[in-house]
Amino acid sequence: MTTTPARASAPPDAESRTTGRRRRSPRTWVRGGGLTTLAFALPMILIFTIFSWWPIVRSVVMSVQETNLIDPPTFVGLDNFIAVLNDPLLGTAVVNTLYFAALALVLGFPIPILMAVLMSEVRRGKGIYSALAYLPVVVPPVVAVLLWKVFYDASPNGVFNTVLGWFGIAPQPWLQSPDMAMPSLVIEATWAAAGGSIIIYLAALLAVPAELYDAAEVDGASIWRKAWHVTLPQLRGVIFVMLILQILATAQIFLEPFLFTGGGPNNATVTVLLLIYRYAFQNSLGGNYGMATALSVMLAVFLALLSWAYFRLTNRWSTS
Amino acid sequence: MTTEVSTRASQRAALAATGASAPSGSADARATKRRRRPLVEDSRGIVSDADLRQRRVRWSMRGVHVFLSVTLVLAGLGPILWLAKAAVTPTQDTLRQPFALWPNGIDWENLSTAWNDIHIDQYFFNTIVIAAGAWAFQLLVATTGAYTLSVLRPRYAKVLGSLVLATLFIPSVVLLVPLYLTIVDPPLLGRDFSLLNNYLAVWLPMAANAFNILLVKRFFDNLPREVIEAAKTDGAGPFRLFWSIVLPMSKPILGVVSVFAIIAAWKDFLWPLLVLPDPAVQPLSVRLPAVQSQTELDVFLAALAIATIIPIAMFLIFQRVFLRSAGLGGAVKG
Repeated sequence: MTTTPARASAPPDAESRTTGRRRRSPRTWVRGGGLTTLAFALPMILIFTIFSWWPIVRSVVMSVQETNLIDPPTFVGLDNFIAVLNDPLLGTAVVNTLYFAALALVLGFPIPILMAVLMSEVRRGKGIYSALAYLPVVVPPVVAVLLWKVFYDASPNGVFNTVLGWFGIAPQPWLQSPDMAMPSLVIEATWAAAGGSIIIYLAALLAVPAELYDAAEVDGASIWRKAWHVTLPQLRGVIFVMLILQILATAQIFLEPFLFTGGGPNNATVTVLLLIYRYAFQNSLGGNYGMATALSVMLAVFLALLSWAYFRLTNRWSTS
Repeated sequence: MTTEVSTRASQRAALAATGASAPSGSADARATKRRRRPLVEDSRGIVSDADLRQRRVRWSMRGVHVFLSVTLVLAGLGPILWLAKAAVTPTQDTLRQPFALWPNGIDWENLSTAWNDIHIDQYFFNTIVIAAGAWAFQLLVATTGAYTLSVLRPRYAKVLGSLVLATLFIPSVVLLVPLYLTIVDPPLLGRDFSLLNNYLAVWLPMAANAFNILLVKRFFDNLPREVIEAAKTDGAGPFRLFWSIVLPMSKPILGVVSVFAIIAAWKDFLWPLLVLPDPAVQPLSVRLPAVQSQTELDVFLAALAIATIIPIAMFLIFQRVFLRSAGLGGAVKG
């Protein structure tokens, strides 16, 4: 950070480009192209200040304020947080979100890994298989949910109930029963997201060095042993990252419960994000922005702590 | 033969490992282009050629093929084909026999009814406007920002870069309410000015995308420095360097960012729902759930089908860019 003239004799690498602007006097700064540089930086600085950095700060500020769009905001301390924690629906929403995350983990997490491993093994048709697997990801999520809502028609002639009928299974109520609503949401969400994960795992599988398999074969490893001792350890890093990303995504699930069930039946699919939305935008008394931001801040802090703990833990596993 | 295969495989591994690696020259770029589908081409997997000589393994591999074809066609293509069929089927047939192929004839009118009577044409146009604007603003911010951070590198580049990167770790839920209030009453523009129902309200927040900047910056970092230095020696200023040297060399990554931008804008639901309350300016994703209750099922399914056509067509045309972008997303996240 020193402004010694010796800097000017630095080798012609990245550093040397800044030597023209070593002195801080405004005139040399302008002459050295400081204004032009600022012109290039400006779109990013402006957009991020107004639409990212400032709202993030404001979110924390608003969580300790009472804000409506007419009066200036007033400081209320932790009232918003207390109001949220006293909301009887919060417990339901947290349990539902955890339930969704758990179901999505059990159902949705192993399937893409298995599919990707199988797809990486076939000698022909990888391109068409990847395209088919990715197709659901391309369908706009709103269309996917609305289409699946038709599939989940509870009448015996509904699409899924017809299929069940072929196997002699009785029609299911799907979205209309509190017990089946959440699993139905998870099945659709898994269908919609699996393709993206498959492509990521596939890319990781293709990056496994061939030498490792060759070496394992020299040692006489069978197919299962190769899969267990070469493929899985090589995928470990990607699996760890995908796992936390999926947990973070399911913790913020909104579209499925909002469009499929609106939180029903009997609040069985109210999630944390749906609750935030209700506080802010579906309130008959006007938006309660304080409670909404208080809950978002709590969720964000929880997710940050969770990811931090997760990365510490997985780091220890990876190095041991 | 075997050595050639293994070197190619390791090259590919290196390519995959570096993720957003830039071509180190135009000849190299052409070579990459000519290579057919780098993501899905054959490479060494678990099952070796020697394994395949066993009959049991060969039969299992055939089983894998059958399993993959059946599941992927059913799960990947099935729902879309059903939607295509239902879009031109009368409501009663869809309700009574969802899997019968047109027992009472094809009803092409569903499509025109959806297009004209429930104004899918207008919402379709709105969606295109939103996607085009989001694309332009994201590209503008991502390229100029990455150019600042990677090539111009002013003193404040490091601080700026880490501030941008930090937003990747903030869950988007935190932004929802304060961002909404920023749109309702933008700072410094007076109390009565509002961006509600203005497309800028969708375009500008989408441009604050740190992931784009990271992707493009990584690509710029890997551009050959000699070319940039040579252009500077020849007297090219920052603008010329940006427009005539850096951007033309960065077409692959610009394609990736474009795909991300357009698809994200096409998919977005909650944000346009909040900031575009006027139905006349809303995109398809917001209008479709809203019109569902007043629309007959067959016409509604036709509307869903129309809303899916453009993304599917884009995917079929730019399949390679899509699949590479999807893999790239993983490489950067990992």
